[in-house]
Amino acid sequence: MSELSDLYQQVILDHNKKPRNFGRLEGANRDAEGVNPLCGDQLHVYLAVEDDTIRDVRFEGTGCAISKASASMMTQAVKGRTRAEVEVLFDEFHRMVLGELDEARVPHQLGRLTIFAGVREFPARVKCASLAWHTLHAALHGEGAVTTENLGPDITTEQVSG
Amino acid sequence: MISTERAIETEGATAAAAWDVARVRRDFPVLAQTVNGKPLVYLDNAASAQVPQVVIERGARYLREEHSNIHRGVHYLSQRATTAYEGAREKVRRFLNAREARECIFTRGTTEGINLVMHGYGRKFVQAGDEIVISALEHHANIVPWQMLCEEKGARLRVIPVNDAGELLLDEYEALLSERTRLVAVMHVSNALGTINPVKEIVARAHKQGVPVLVDGAQGAPHLTIDVQDLGCDFYTVSGHKMFAPTGSGVLYGRAEILERMNPFMGGGDMIRTVTFEKTTYAGLPNKFEAGTPAIASQIGLGAAIDYLNSLDRAAAHAYEQELLAYATERLAAVKGVRIVGTARRKAGALSFVVEDVHPHDVGTILDQEGIAIRAGHHCAQPVMQRFKVPATARASFAFYNTKEEVDRLVAAVEKVIEVFS
Repeated sequence: MSELSDLYQQVILDHNKKPRNFGRLEGANRDAEGVNPLCGDQLHVYLAVEDDTIRDVRFEGTGCAISKASASMMTQAVKGRTRAEVEVLFDEFHRMVLGELDEARVPHQLGRLTIFAGVREFPARVKCASLAWHTLHAALHGEGAVTTENLGPDITTEQVSG
Repeated sequence: MISTERAIETEGATAAAAWDVARVRRDFPVLAQTVNGKPLVYLDNAASAQVPQVVIERGARYLREEHSNIHRGVHYLSQRATTAYEGAREKVRRFLNAREARECIFTRGTTEGINLVMHGYGRKFVQAGDEIVISALEHHANIVPWQMLCEEKGARLRVIPVNDAGELLLDEYEALLSERTRLVAVMHVSNALGTINPVKEIVARAHKQGVPVLVDGAQGAPHLTIDVQDLGCDFYTVSGHKMFAPTGSGVLYGRAEILERMNPFMGGGDMIRTVTFEKTTYAGLPNKFEAGTPAIASQIGLGAAIDYLNSLDRAAAHAYEQELLAYATERLAAVKGVRIVGTARRKAGALSFVVEDVHPHDVGTILDQEGIAIRAGHHCAQPVMQRFKVPATARASFAFYNTKEEVDRLVAAVEKVIEVFS
């Protein structure tokens, strides 16, 4: 059961129960909808971007503990960051959950987000952890919608625009 | 006259005791394995049921000794393959109690069967302003094809509502039927909630107005004794892999008179009588609807699965499944924080539930770590989830090889879920 406790760590359970930055963002100038059609998870990410920097970010929607906690911790991680910094985080997070980045050895910017490394032992759940990040990415790039249909541990497609 | 299913229920109580589940489990090699270090508990039968050794062996024997294309060769192997394939069709006929084998069209499963009716019947006979009636419980396979048809023809989809238990409201259904109704398409047993729909009654009311009825039997055939003549339906679809046969096998039953009037579905080899560049004439039933080389080994496997089912005491199997479902319902409902979704009086196979404040996917992952396979999600029935105001459910679905001990493990694992999330 060690893998299971890796997946459902206290921090993740806490963010699931009390998601941070949850709800609609008034005054958002970017947003995107992310869905996981296989399981019906649905997230909406709102951004207030100013001078290339994310001044504020919020999300709403329904999903499992992994997707909700991931979205919650993502909002904390990206608030105040520049677009370029967020791109680096997106790339590192994505590679980490796919098992392509060894966060224990290679330098990275992920900080507390490494708590999601355990998800790579659960291939069916990788999409849950990455949905929020793909939705954020779509919002930043002005793509209104994203679906995880073609995203997964065995497929490395970066983006499916809806 | 009482319906076939009801007859089984009343005979049930004594029959269940006669069921030797340990012996039946030995027929299914896949069940004897460990998952994550624990004996597998397979409770995802509504998604796909397991295959007994005799069916595996029959498919393998075909590939080893009989494989050839059917309906074509004058040679020995082609004749043997054709005999086995058509033999499976006759087994299907008896299983469904169809009048004639040519009324049993081999398909890849229920989805293909419904799409065949949509193309062959719907596109020929449905016009602008017409209506198709389905139910609020339907699987996407019995929604989307009709939406596509309605969009193409300017027709309208009408939906029979359900009560909070997950039972269809028959008075509302009757009110939906009109001179504009061209087809009623309803499922026999709900894959998401387990409700057994009163399809005989549904058929009778539609026929009073001259409206044909398609019954999606994907979840009916594995659990109930099917008699298409008694039900009176015009179409009945079956998925082989949900009734212990390989994937790629399935049947569309259709009354011969209605199948004759329909357009073909796919064009190609085996479905023609003569072809010239000016004009093609089509083959008779069932070949008219079976273009191309079919999944021969799988369909022969379906015939073997029917033989296997016939070798069992099906009344005892039904009674045992009912007892198991009642036991699981009672035990799960007693767990604090668990709510059963779908509480119809008559159910078969599936038990949907939600755990308070825990998403079904998290339930599914934790159960998987315990070696327990269930389905977590919308069960290809998103409108059902919307109706019951849940994003998804966890669903345990049973077959006659599951045991009370497995139900106990399910309940213990659900208690563990609650502990992890407390």
